Amino acid sequence: MIYIELFLTFLKIGAVSFGGGYGMISLIREEVLSYGWLTEGELINFIAVAESTPGPVAVNMATFVGSSQGGILGALTATVGVVLPSFAIILIIAALLKNILKYAGVQAFLGGLRPAVAALILSTAAIMFLSSLFGITTAYSAPSPEWRGIIIFVILAAISAVYRLIRKKSFSPIALILIAGVCGVLFYYLPAWQ
Amino acid sequence: MKYLKLFLVMLKIGLFTFGGGYAMIALIQSELVSKRKWLNDGEFADMVAIAESTPGPVAINAATYVGYKTGGFLGALVATVGVVLPSFAIIFLISLFFNEFLTIRWVAAAFSGIRVCVVFLIFSAGAKMFSGIKKSPLNLVIFGATFACMLLFSLFSVNFSSVFYILASGALGLVFYLVCFTKDRLKKKRGENKEDTDKKEGGEE
Repeated sequence: MIYIELFLTFLKIGAVSFGGGYGMISLIREEVLSYGWLTEGELINFIAVAESTPGPVAVNMATFVGSSQGGILGALTATVGVVLPSFAIILIIAALLKNILKYAGVQAFLGGLRPAVAALILSTAAIMFLSSLFGITTAYSAPSPEWRGIIIFVILAAISAVYRLIRKKSFSPIALILIAGVCGVLFYYLPAWQ
Repeated sequence: MKYLKLFLVMLKIGLFTFGGGYAMIALIQSELVSKRKWLNDGEFADMVAIAESTPGPVAINAATYVGYKTGGFLGALVATVGVVLPSFAIIFLISLFFNEFLTIRWVAAAFSGIRVCVVFLIFSAGAKMFSGIKKSPLNLVIFGATFACMLLFSLFSVNFSSVFYILASGALGLVFYLVCFTKDRLKKKRGENKEDTDKKEGGEE
């Protein structure tokens, strides 16, 4: 049953993803790829959409994957699944365990999590980087560098580094996505490069 | 009527927060703390701490918490549905057209560039999170081990869910804390005993 699968998968994602935003990206990627719901490219396309539309990335992902697999009912079950753990946990904390965050043990648990979540995000980025820009998906695959993509990556990194240096704050992700879209058209669509 | 107001405020917050939870927290502060005074500063600070340290999207956690504080269970429900509804509607509409949209050649080309940007954005999100972490030996070991395992397992096609890294590292943090805690205690006890004997010796002189 696709609806139950969607519901349970996103329930799991909602229940164990700490750190907000991209904290859940490694788990979403694993689940979505292992069910074959999206390919790596489709997933990354969609992260761009989730980033440039309002609302939490995890909710956007759930709605999109649900809709692509099971129409409106799929979208609904996946979204309810991803929201439900937060809803239940927050209610329990707000009603019963007001001081749970003040226990040293809870803080120690959360403190241990944080570096792991940072590592999960960075390693997921590294895996995507290797597979989309160098064609490396396993240790045995021969690298086939995607030069246009690598150039775009360097351009984006340079823009955001220069901006951070001058303005002391990070460049808006949506503006960066737009710039990357223009680069994409210039590098992949204009005939001069083909 | 309070519920309707709560719903509408959350709908607005859900509609105008781009870029995830942290942008939304600023909006909640201006809407609910400064403007409407539904939460005071202390409750707001509690909300941020709880929303950030519990699993799930920060925006959902914050909405549920605010809803409960202002209107009990029903308030929580109304607020959560309100904050999710805009994304749900927008993304559902996009999902209907997205694949066709991508068959346009220049759009597909633009997305080739955008995919690179997404990888970059995930990198920066991870780097930002890493820079905010205290660089204690334990944290660095957890970070290094998780990063290396994730990358190697992926390259050698070993299936190992992120869930385990998350739970194991949390457990490690807890165990480390308990070990330090009991060590401290033992040390203190020993110190007290020593003081006691010192006093006794002093008394005998």
